Amino acid sequence: MADNAILKLENVSKTFNPGSVNEKVVFQNFAFEVNEGDFVTVIGGNGSGKSTLMNVICGTYPVDEGKILLGETDVTRLPEHKRAKYLGRVFQDPMMGTSPNMEIQENLALAYRRGKARSLRPGITKKEREFYREQLAKLGLGLEDRMTAKVGLLSGGQRQSLTLLMATIRKPDLLLLDEHTAALDPKTASKVLAFTQEITAEHKLTTVMITHNMLDAIRCGNRLIMMQEGKIIYDVSGDEKKNLSVRDLLEKFRESGAEVNDRMVLA
Amino acid sequence: MFFDAMPGAISLGLIWGVMAIGVYITYKVLDFADLTVDGSICTGGAVCAVLMAAGVNAWLAILVAVAAGALAGLLTGLFHTFFGIPAILSGILTQLILWSVNLKIMGQANTAIDSRGSYVIVTQLEAGWTILIMLGFLAVIVGGLYWFFGTEIGCGIRATGNNPDMSRAQGINVNRNKIIGLMISNALVALAGALLSQYQGFADINMGRGAIVIGLAAVIIGEAIVTRISRNFALQLAGVALGGIIYYIVYQFVIWLELDTEYLKMFSAIVVAIFLAVPYWKKKYFRKRNKDAHAAAQGGQNNG
Repeated sequence: MADNAILKLENVSKTFNPGSVNEKVVFQNFAFEVNEGDFVTVIGGNGSGKSTLMNVICGTYPVDEGKILLGETDVTRLPEHKRAKYLGRVFQDPMMGTSPNMEIQENLALAYRRGKARSLRPGITKKEREFYREQLAKLGLGLEDRMTAKVGLLSGGQRQSLTLLMATIRKPDLLLLDEHTAALDPKTASKVLAFTQEITAEHKLTTVMITHNMLDAIRCGNRLIMMQEGKIIYDVSGDEKKNLSVRDLLEKFRESGAEVNDRMVLA
Repeated sequence: MFFDAMPGAISLGLIWGVMAIGVYITYKVLDFADLTVDGSICTGGAVCAVLMAAGVNAWLAILVAVAAGALAGLLTGLFHTFFGIPAILSGILTQLILWSVNLKIMGQANTAIDSRGSYVIVTQLEAGWTILIMLGFLAVIVGGLYWFFGTEIGCGIRATGNNPDMSRAQGINVNRNKIIGLMISNALVALAGALLSQYQGFADINMGRGAIVIGLAAVIIGEAIVTRISRNFALQLAGVALGGIIYYIVYQFVIWLELDTEYLKMFSAIVVAIFLAVPYWKKKYFRKRNKDAHAAAQGGQNNG
């Protein structure tokens, strides 16, 4: 199955502030693969390296050593905006994924041109607007009637749903969700998560989702990994994953000597 | 006497309006406080004056001045993106470089343009004509920028200024866009400098001193007026030009009152400082009020 890997991290090493008192080794010869069509949930305590994993894949941080492959392409040396061609991203902070002073439809138009050369053609066309209206209607938030409203006027949940739509409006090779429901209230979070599952199933998106919520990690996707101090300490998929309980995960955490905090347990 | 000076004030305001639109692009669209402008406005004036003194056609001289301004913007952009220098410092470095460059261009501290003997596009000798020409210039500039910021590249530049994280995630080359924005901005500023040198009949090494403050003042005044009416981009730009006019009418008023004009730069800076502080204070004040309301609500719950 290794030949249909969408994402491959080979021998990746990353140290922050090397040679200083604040030196922090996050990854040492870290390896990770995601196969096409997989939906992987990632859990781990603070400082386990799960956010760094995202940032290393996106190119926010360059790696010290190792290789990052997206499909056949070696992206290790590509800057963030060039890797964006392959990636759809939703951040934890709802403010981060959208442009607040621009209209809803303009934000979608920006996302629709991800990975394409931008020219002096119109930034948004009439034909696109119809398409965006249909797509927005799927969110069920009434945003299709507010397409010219500035995104800054939307609530956190609305912005996060819009960001998710932007991340997937042009099918990405890999969808990266970085605790994208963590900053939302429980009701909104479950709505956004439901839409996440809907849209990933509909487009058969290969997805990596970081979460603090163990129940979500078990319920979503077909594979779960647990990270601790820059290592994958537990990697489970198929029926074994389906039959997991939060108690099992907590047990695994304790075995690894990791501290378990309330935020992970209280779902 | 005050009203006699109006055509002059309006034409100066319109010329500075072009400069203020340049400032608007960096300060408002790109969220980049660009201090290059103090130097690039003089570069525009110096290039134009020197070329015209050598007998070059006024339009061609302006074109070269605009290109020189774009180069100044490019330099600041490279300082910021390639050298990793903070925005404000990048602008100051270019400004300092331009001081020497401007002196070298002119070979002295100022250069005269023969407004009577040669063809000039605008001149204070004919303020009415200048107003007409400047309205034409502004219509083309506002129209052109309105079109440009609606294109794919233009939308990318707006997103860059608004949310660089999101822009990178959407595959937008943030560094390239900053450079493009700085080049357009300084090209416009140099255009204003070139027009100003023709209008007043000379370029002077000090003509750009404090230009950023005049530009910001025009942007703030324009915004205060237009934002109430519409958030339309073209109207915002027109409002900035209007801000330039109002600035120079106030300037004339100060002269008419026979107040000491040496204080004018100080007043301008103070007014800009206050206008910049207002949104900050508003936010602070409202946040406090919200907290009070929240505390009151909680108190109520406890009592219940």
